Amino acid sequence: MIGALILRDARRGFTGAAWLPIAFFLLVATLVPFAVGPDARLLSRIGPGALWIAALSAALLPIERLIEPDHANGMLDQLLLHGVADESIAAGKIAAHWLTFGPLLFVAAFPAAALLHIDGHALVRVLLSILVGTPGLAALAVAVAALTAGLPRAGSIAGLLLLPLAVPLLIFAAAFCASGSNQAIAFEAAIAILLLAGSPFVAGAAIRASRT
Amino acid sequence: MTALLRFEDVALRRGGRLLFEHLSFELGPGERLQVAGPNGSGKSSLIRLAAGLLQAEAGRVDRSRLALADDAVALDRELPLGRALQFWNTSPEIAMDALGLAHLGLAPVRLLSSGQLKRATLARVAASGAPLWLLDEPLNALDSDGAKKLGFLVERHLETGGAVLAASHQRLGGEWRKIELRG
Repeated sequence: MIGALILRDARRGFTGAAWLPIAFFLLVATLVPFAVGPDARLLSRIGPGALWIAALSAALLPIERLIEPDHANGMLDQLLLHGVADESIAAGKIAAHWLTFGPLLFVAAFPAAALLHIDGHALVRVLLSILVGTPGLAALAVAVAALTAGLPRAGSIAGLLLLPLAVPLLIFAAAFCASGSNQAIAFEAAIAILLLAGSPFVAGAAIRASRT
Repeated sequence: MTALLRFEDVALRRGGRLLFEHLSFELGPGERLQVAGPNGSGKSSLIRLAAGLLQAEAGRVDRSRLALADDAVALDRELPLGRALQFWNTSPEIAMDALGLAHLGLAPVRLLSSGQLKRATLARVAASGAPLWLLDEPLNALDSDGAKKLGFLVERHLETGGAVLAASHQRLGGEWRKIELRG
Protein backbone atom coordinates (compact mmCIF):
# COMPACT_ATOMS: atom_id res chain seq x y z
CA MET A 1 0.00 0.00 0.00
CA ILE A 2 2.80 2.38 0.93
CA GLY A 3 4.56 1.72 -2.39
CA ALA A 4 1.32 2.39 -4.25
CA LEU A 5 0.95 5.64 -2.30
CA ILE A 6 4.47 6.81 -3.23
CA LEU A 7 3.89 5.94 -6.90
CA ARG A 8 0.53 7.68 -6.91
CA ASP A 9 1.85 10.83 -5.22
CA ALA A 10 4.84 11.00 -7.55
CA ARG A 11 2.58 10.53 -10.58
CA ARG A 12 0.29 13.31 -9.34
CA GLY A 13 3.32 15.51 -8.79
CA PHE A 14 4.71 15.00 -12.27
CA THR A 15 1.39 15.21 -14.12
CA GLY A 16 0.39 18.15 -11.96
CA ALA A 17 2.55 21.13 -11.19
CA ALA A 18 6.00 19.68 -10.45
CA TRP A 19 7.65 22.14 -12.86
CA LEU A 20 6.14 25.19 -11.12
CA PRO A 21 8.54 25.34 -8.14
CA ILE A 22 11.42 24.70 -10.54
CA ALA A 23 10.36 27.53 -12.85
CA PHE A 24 10.05 29.75 -9.79
CA PHE A 25 13.54 28.69 -8.65
CA LEU A 26 15.01 29.63 -12.05
CA LEU A 27 13.12 32.90 -12.07
CA VAL A 28 14.49 33.95 -8.67
CA ALA A 29 18.00 32.98 -9.83
CA THR A 30 17.47 35.16 -12.90
CA LEU A 31 16.47 38.13 -10.76
CA VAL A 32 19.75 38.17 -8.81
CA PRO A 33 21.99 39.55 -11.63
CA PHE A 34 19.37 42.24 -12.28
CA ALA A 35 19.30 43.17 -8.61
CA VAL A 36 23.06 43.32 -7.89
CA GLY A 37 24.45 44.04 -11.35
CA PRO A 38 26.39 41.90 -13.81
CA ASP A 39 29.78 41.92 -12.01
CA ALA A 40 30.94 38.30 -12.42
CA ARG A 41 33.12 38.25 -9.28
CA LEU A 42 30.40 39.60 -7.03
CA LEU A 43 27.84 37.23 -8.55
CA SER A 44 29.98 34.13 -8.09
CA ARG A 45 30.61 35.16 -4.45
CA ILE A 46 26.95 35.63 -3.48
CA GLY A 47 25.61 33.11 -6.05
CA PRO A 48 25.45 29.93 -3.92
CA GLY A 49 23.61 31.74 -1.12
CA ALA A 50 21.20 33.27 -3.60
CA LEU A 51 20.55 29.84 -5.11
CA TRP A 52 19.72 28.46 -1.69
CA ILE A 53 17.29 31.31 -0.99
CA ALA A 54 15.68 30.54 -4.35
CA ALA A 55 15.47 26.86 -3.43
CA LEU A 56 13.81 27.63 -0.09
CA SER A 57 11.24 29.89 -1.75
CA ALA A 58 10.56 27.23 -4.37
CA ALA A 59 10.04 24.64 -1.62
CA LEU A 60 7.12 26.72 -0.31
CA LEU A 61 5.08 26.59 -3.51
CA PRO A 62 3.86 22.96 -3.43
CA ILE A 63 3.03 22.90 0.29
CA GLU A 64 -0.71 23.44 -0.08
CA ARG A 65 -1.15 20.45 -2.38
CA LEU A 66 0.94 17.99 -0.32
CA ILE A 67 -1.56 17.04 2.40
CA GLU A 68 -4.68 19.21 2.23
CA PRO A 69 -6.35 17.69 -0.89
CA ASP A 70 -6.03 14.17 0.56
CA HIS A 71 -7.32 15.41 3.89
CA ALA A 72 -10.34 17.03 2.24
CA ASN A 73 -11.41 14.09 0.09
CA GLY A 74 -11.04 11.39 2.74
CA MET A 75 -7.91 9.78 1.29
CA LEU A 76 -6.07 9.98 4.64
CA ASP A 77 -8.98 8.33 6.48
CA GLN A 78 -9.21 5.50 3.97
CA LEU A 79 -5.44 4.91 4.09
CA LEU A 80 -5.67 4.51 7.87
CA LEU A 81 -8.58 2.07 7.47
CA HIS A 82 -6.43 0.11 5.01
CA GLY A 83 -3.88 -0.34 7.77
CA VAL A 84 -1.38 2.38 6.87
CA ALA A 85 -0.30 4.26 10.00
CA ASP A 86 -0.36 8.05 9.83
CA GLU A 87 3.42 8.13 10.28
CA SER A 88 3.84 5.79 7.30
CA ILE A 89 1.54 7.97 5.20
CA ALA A 90 3.77 10.93 6.07
CA ALA A 91 6.97 9.01 5.28
CA GLY A 92 5.54 7.94 1.93
CA LYS A 93 4.56 11.47 1.13
CA ILE A 94 8.06 12.72 1.99
CA ALA A 95 9.60 10.18 -0.39
CA ALA A 96 7.17 11.06 -3.18
CA HIS A 97 7.60 14.78 -2.64
CA TRP A 98 11.40 14.49 -2.78
CA LEU A 99 11.12 12.48 -6.03
CA THR A 100 9.18 15.28 -7.71
CA PHE A 101 11.25 18.10 -6.20
CA GLY A 102 14.85 17.05 -5.51
CA PRO A 103 16.02 15.68 -8.88
CA LEU A 104 14.34 18.48 -10.84
CA LEU A 105 15.92 21.11 -8.59
CA PHE A 106 19.29 19.39 -9.01
CA VAL A 107 18.99 19.63 -12.79
CA ALA A 108 17.72 23.22 -12.66
CA ALA A 109 20.74 24.17 -10.55
CA PHE A 110 22.95 23.86 -13.67
CA PRO A 111 21.36 26.72 -15.68
CA ALA A 112 20.81 28.71 -12.48
CA ALA A 113 24.51 28.39 -11.59
CA ALA A 114 25.48 29.47 -15.10
CA LEU A 115 23.41 32.64 -14.69
CA LEU A 116 25.33 33.46 -11.50
CA HIS A 117 28.81 32.68 -12.88
CA ILE A 118 29.28 29.71 -10.56
CA ASP A 119 31.59 27.12 -12.13
CA GLY A 120 34.28 24.57 -11.43
CA HIS A 121 34.67 23.54 -7.80
CA ALA A 122 32.05 26.03 -6.65
CA LEU A 123 29.46 24.39 -8.91
CA VAL A 124 30.28 20.93 -7.55
CA ARG A 125 29.86 22.25 -4.01
CA VAL A 126 26.49 23.83 -4.81
CA LEU A 127 25.26 20.59 -6.39
CA LEU A 128 26.47 18.53 -3.43
CA SER A 129 24.77 20.85 -0.95
CA ILE A 130 21.50 20.56 -2.91
CA LEU A 131 21.78 16.78 -3.07
CA VAL A 132 22.30 16.58 0.69
CA GLY A 133 19.83 19.29 1.67
CA THR A 134 16.74 18.60 -0.47
CA PRO A 135 15.62 15.41 1.36
CA GLY A 136 15.55 17.41 4.60
CA LEU A 137 13.72 20.22 2.85
CA ALA A 138 11.14 17.77 1.46
CA ALA A 139 10.60 16.28 4.93
CA LEU A 140 10.16 19.74 6.43
CA ALA A 141 7.70 20.72 3.69
CA VAL A 142 5.51 17.66 4.37
CA ALA A 143 5.55 18.27 8.14
CA VAL A 144 4.58 21.92 7.66
CA ALA A 145 1.92 20.93 5.11
CA ALA A 146 0.39 18.50 7.63
CA LEU A 147 0.49 21.09 10.43
CA THR A 148 -1.28 23.72 8.31
CA ALA A 149 -3.71 21.45 6.40
CA GLY A 150 -7.24 22.79 6.57
CA LEU A 151 -6.29 26.14 8.08
CA PRO A 152 -7.50 29.32 6.41
CA ARG A 153 -4.60 31.08 4.59
CA ALA A 154 -2.53 27.93 5.08
CA GLY A 155 -0.04 29.04 2.42
CA SER A 156 1.12 32.15 4.26
CA ILE A 157 1.27 30.42 7.63
CA ALA A 158 3.28 27.59 6.05
CA GLY A 159 5.85 30.13 4.87
CA LEU A 160 6.18 31.61 8.36
CA LEU A 161 6.65 28.11 9.75
CA LEU A 162 8.94 26.56 7.14
CA LEU A 163 11.47 29.31 6.49
CA PRO A 164 12.72 29.74 10.10
CA LEU A 165 12.98 25.97 10.51
CA ALA A 166 15.03 25.77 7.32
CA VAL A 167 17.62 28.26 8.62
CA PRO A 168 20.03 25.61 10.03
CA LEU A 169 20.01 23.83 6.68
CA LEU A 170 20.68 27.15 4.93
CA ILE A 171 23.55 28.11 7.25
CA PHE A 172 25.54 24.93 6.74
CA ALA A 173 24.72 24.63 3.03
CA ALA A 174 25.96 28.19 2.46
CA ALA A 175 29.01 27.59 4.66
CA PHE A 176 29.91 24.50 2.65
CA CYS A 177 29.45 26.33 -0.66
CA ALA A 178 31.69 29.16 0.52
CA SER A 179 34.46 27.17 2.22
CA GLY A 180 34.16 23.59 1.00
CA SER A 181 34.68 22.50 4.59
CA ASN A 182 33.87 18.89 5.39
CA GLN A 183 32.41 19.82 8.75
CA ALA A 184 29.88 22.14 7.13
CA ILE A 185 28.47 19.46 4.82
CA ALA A 186 28.53 16.93 7.67
CA PHE A 187 26.42 19.32 9.74
CA GLU A 188 24.10 19.92 6.79
CA ALA A 189 23.68 16.17 6.38
CA ALA A 190 23.06 15.77 10.11
CA ILE A 191 20.30 18.37 10.02
CA ALA A 192 18.76 16.78 6.93
CA ILE A 193 18.75 13.39 8.70
CA LEU A 194 17.22 14.96 11.81
CA LEU A 195 14.43 16.47 9.68
CA LEU A 196 13.91 13.18 7.82
CA ALA A 197 13.70 11.23 11.09
CA GLY A 198 11.45 13.67 12.92
CA SER A 199 9.06 14.86 10.23
CA PRO A 200 7.07 11.63 9.80
CA PHE A 201 6.17 11.72 13.51
CA VAL A 202 5.29 15.42 13.50
CA ALA A 203 3.23 15.05 10.31
CA GLY A 204 1.63 11.81 11.56
CA ALA A 205 0.56 13.46 14.80
CA ALA A 206 -0.78 16.45 12.88
CA ILE A 207 -2.81 14.20 10.57
CA ARG A 208 -4.20 12.35 13.60
CA ALA A 209 -5.09 15.59 15.36
CA SER A 210 -6.93 16.86 12.27
CA ARG A 211 -9.40 13.94 12.47
CA THR A 212 -12.17 15.47 14.54
CA MET B 1 -20.36 -16.63 17.32
CA THR B 2 -17.95 -13.75 17.66
CA ALA B 3 -19.12 -10.20 17.18
CA LEU B 4 -17.65 -8.20 14.29
CA LEU B 5 -18.30 -4.94 16.13
CA ARG B 6 -18.85 -4.44 19.84
CA PHE B 7 -19.59 -1.21 21.71
CA GLU B 8 -19.30 -1.45 25.51
CA ASP B 9 -20.73 1.43 27.52
CA VAL B 10 -19.39 3.95 25.01
CA ALA B 11 -19.62 7.72 25.36
CA LEU B 12 -18.62 10.19 22.65
CA ARG B 13 -18.04 13.90 23.04
CA ARG B 14 -17.36 16.25 20.16
CA GLY B 15 -16.71 19.96 20.41
CA GLY B 16 -17.61 19.87 24.12
CA ARG B 17 -21.04 18.36 23.43
CA LEU B 18 -21.89 14.90 24.71
CA LEU B 19 -23.43 13.11 21.71
CA PHE B 20 -24.29 9.89 23.52
CA GLU B 21 -23.24 7.82 26.53
CA HIS B 22 -23.75 4.30 27.91
CA LEU B 23 -24.15 2.98 24.38
CA SER B 24 -23.69 -0.78 24.14
CA PHE B 25 -24.44 -3.12 21.28
CA GLU B 26 -23.01 -6.03 19.36
CA LEU B 27 -23.07 -6.76 15.68
CA GLY B 28 -22.46 -10.37 14.66
CA PRO B 29 -22.12 -12.12 11.29
CA GLY B 30 -25.28 -11.83 9.18
CA GLU B 31 -26.64 -8.89 11.18
CA ARG B 32 -27.50 -5.38 10.04
CA LEU B 33 -28.04 -2.39 12.25
CA GLN B 34 -29.30 1.07 11.37
CA VAL B 35 -28.38 4.16 13.36
CA ALA B 36 -31.26 6.59 13.05
CA GLY B 37 -31.90 10.04 14.45
CA PRO B 38 -32.38 13.66 13.44
CA ASN B 39 -29.67 15.79 11.80
CA GLY B 40 -26.82 16.54 14.16
CA SER B 41 -27.65 13.72 16.55
CA GLY B 42 -24.27 12.05 16.01
CA LYS B 43 -24.97 9.33 13.44
CA SER B 44 -21.90 10.07 11.34
CA SER B 45 -19.77 10.46 14.46
CA LEU B 46 -20.89 7.04 15.63
CA ILE B 47 -19.84 5.58 12.27
CA ARG B 48 -16.44 7.30 12.45
CA LEU B 49 -16.03 6.08 16.03
CA ALA B 50 -16.86 2.53 14.90
CA ALA B 51 -14.25 2.89 12.14
CA GLY B 52 -11.61 4.02 14.64
CA LEU B 53 -11.28 7.50 13.14
CA LEU B 54 -12.55 9.06 16.38
CA GLN B 55 -11.70 8.14 19.96
CA ALA B 56 -14.40 7.33 22.49
CA GLU B 57 -14.49 9.44 25.64
CA ALA B 58 -15.40 6.40 27.71
CA GLY B 59 -16.06 2.74 27.17
CA ARG B 60 -14.53 0.43 24.63
CA VAL B 61 -14.99 -0.44 20.97
CA ASP B 62 -13.81 -3.73 19.44
CA ARG B 63 -13.88 -4.05 15.69
CA SER B 64 -12.88 -6.54 13.05
CA ARG B 65 -11.53 -5.63 9.62
CA LEU B 66 -13.88 -3.10 8.09
CA ALA B 67 -14.60 -0.91 5.10
CA LEU B 68 -16.17 2.56 5.25
CA ALA B 69 -18.25 4.48 2.73
CA ASP B 70 -19.00 8.06 3.74
CA ASP B 71 -19.39 11.38 1.97
CA ALA B 72 -15.65 11.64 1.26
CA VAL B 73 -14.98 10.12 -2.14
CA ALA B 74 -11.25 9.36 -1.65
CA LEU B 75 -10.68 8.79 -5.37
CA ASP B 76 -8.23 10.73 -7.52
CA ARG B 77 -10.28 13.16 -9.58
CA GLU B 78 -8.05 13.10 -12.65
CA LEU B 79 -7.98 9.30 -13.04
CA PRO B 80 -10.47 7.09 -14.87
CA LEU B 81 -12.87 5.53 -12.34
CA GLY B 82 -11.54 2.00 -12.86
CA ARG B 83 -7.96 2.96 -12.15
CA ALA B 84 -8.92 5.20 -9.23
CA LEU B 85 -10.72 2.25 -7.60
CA GLN B 86 -7.77 -0.03 -8.33
CA PHE B 87 -5.65 2.04 -5.95
CA TRP B 88 -7.71 0.51 -3.13
CA ASN B 89 -8.49 -2.95 -4.53
CA THR B 90 -6.68 -4.68 -7.35
CA SER B 91 -9.88 -6.05 -8.92
CA PRO B 92 -12.91 -3.79 -8.41
CA GLU B 93 -14.63 -4.97 -11.62
CA ILE B 94 -17.22 -7.31 -10.03
CA ALA B 95 -18.30 -4.68 -7.49
CA MET B 96 -18.42 -1.98 -10.20
CA ASP B 97 -20.62 -4.26 -12.28
CA ALA B 98 -22.92 -4.94 -9.30
CA LEU B 99 -23.48 -1.20 -8.84
CA GLY B 100 -24.02 -0.48 -12.53
CA LEU B 101 -20.68 1.26 -13.02
CA ALA B 102 -19.15 -1.15 -15.54
CA HIS B 103 -19.60 1.24 -18.47
CA LEU B 104 -17.95 4.11 -16.53
CA GLY B 105 -14.59 2.40 -15.98
CA LEU B 106 -12.83 4.78 -18.36
CA ALA B 107 -14.68 7.96 -17.35
CA PRO B 108 -12.59 10.43 -15.30
CA VAL B 109 -13.73 10.68 -11.69
CA ARG B 110 -14.09 14.47 -11.90
CA LEU B 111 -16.85 14.12 -14.53
CA LEU B 112 -19.06 11.76 -12.49
CA SER B 113 -22.31 12.90 -10.90
CA SER B 114 -22.77 12.76 -7.14
CA GLY B 115 -24.96 9.65 -7.48
CA GLN B 116 -22.29 7.93 -9.55
CA LEU B 117 -19.63 8.91 -6.99
CA LYS B 118 -21.81 7.44 -4.23
CA ARG B 119 -22.02 4.19 -6.19
CA ALA B 120 -18.23 4.29 -6.59
CA THR B 121 -17.63 4.59 -2.83
CA LEU B 122 -20.08 1.72 -2.26
CA ALA B 123 -18.21 -0.30 -4.92
CA ARG B 124 -14.97 0.28 -3.01
CA VAL B 125 -16.59 -1.13 0.14
CA ALA B 126 -18.11 -4.08 -1.74
CA ALA B 127 -14.74 -4.91 -3.35
CA SER B 128 -12.83 -4.65 -0.08
CA GLY B 129 -13.63 -8.15 1.16
CA ALA B 130 -13.91 -6.76 4.71
CA PRO B 131 -16.46 -8.57 6.90
CA LEU B 132 -17.80 -5.35 8.44
CA TRP B 133 -19.31 -2.59 6.29
CA LEU B 134 -19.86 0.90 7.69
CA LEU B 135 -22.16 2.97 5.51
CA ASP B 136 -22.78 6.64 6.31
CA GLU B 137 -25.98 7.87 4.65
CA PRO B 138 -25.73 5.23 1.90
CA LEU B 139 -28.91 6.43 0.18
CA ASN B 140 -27.77 10.04 -0.25
CA ALA B 141 -27.76 10.96 -3.94
CA LEU B 142 -28.67 7.39 -4.97
CA ASP B 143 -31.59 6.90 -7.36
CA SER B 144 -34.09 4.05 -6.88
CA ASP B 145 -32.05 1.75 -9.13
CA GLY B 146 -28.92 2.46 -7.09
CA ALA B 147 -30.78 1.83 -3.83
CA LYS B 148 -32.06 -1.50 -5.19
CA LYS B 149 -28.56 -2.56 -6.26
CA LEU B 150 -27.18 -1.60 -2.84
CA GLY B 151 -29.97 -3.67 -1.26
CA PHE B 152 -28.88 -6.75 -3.26
CA LEU B 153 -25.25 -6.23 -2.27
CA VAL B 154 -26.14 -5.92 1.42
CA GLU B 155 -28.26 -9.12 1.28
CA ARG B 156 -25.42 -11.03 -0.35
CA HIS B 157 -22.88 -9.67 2.13
CA LEU B 158 -25.06 -10.80 5.07
CA GLU B 159 -25.54 -14.25 3.55
CA THR B 160 -21.77 -14.70 3.37
CA GLY B 161 -21.36 -13.94 7.07
CA GLY B 162 -20.77 -10.20 6.88
CA ALA B 163 -22.34 -7.42 8.94
CA VAL B 164 -23.50 -3.92 8.06
CA LEU B 165 -23.80 -0.82 10.23
CA ALA B 166 -25.54 2.01 8.40
CA ALA B 167 -26.37 5.54 9.51
CA SER B 168 -29.40 7.02 7.86
CA HIS B 169 -32.49 9.05 8.68
CA GLN B 170 -34.23 7.40 5.73
CA ARG B 171 -35.92 4.01 5.52
CA LEU B 172 -33.47 1.38 4.29
CA GLY B 173 -34.68 -1.62 2.30
CA GLY B 174 -34.98 -4.88 4.26
CA GLU B 175 -35.27 -5.64 7.96
CA TRP B 176 -32.88 -3.58 10.11
CA ARG B 177 -32.31 -3.54 13.84
CA LYS B 178 -32.36 0.07 14.95
CA ILE B 179 -30.54 2.37 17.34
CA GLU B 180 -32.20 5.74 17.80
CA LEU B 181 -30.00 8.71 18.70
CA ARG B 182 -31.63 11.80 20.17
CA GLY B 183 -30.51 15.26 19.08
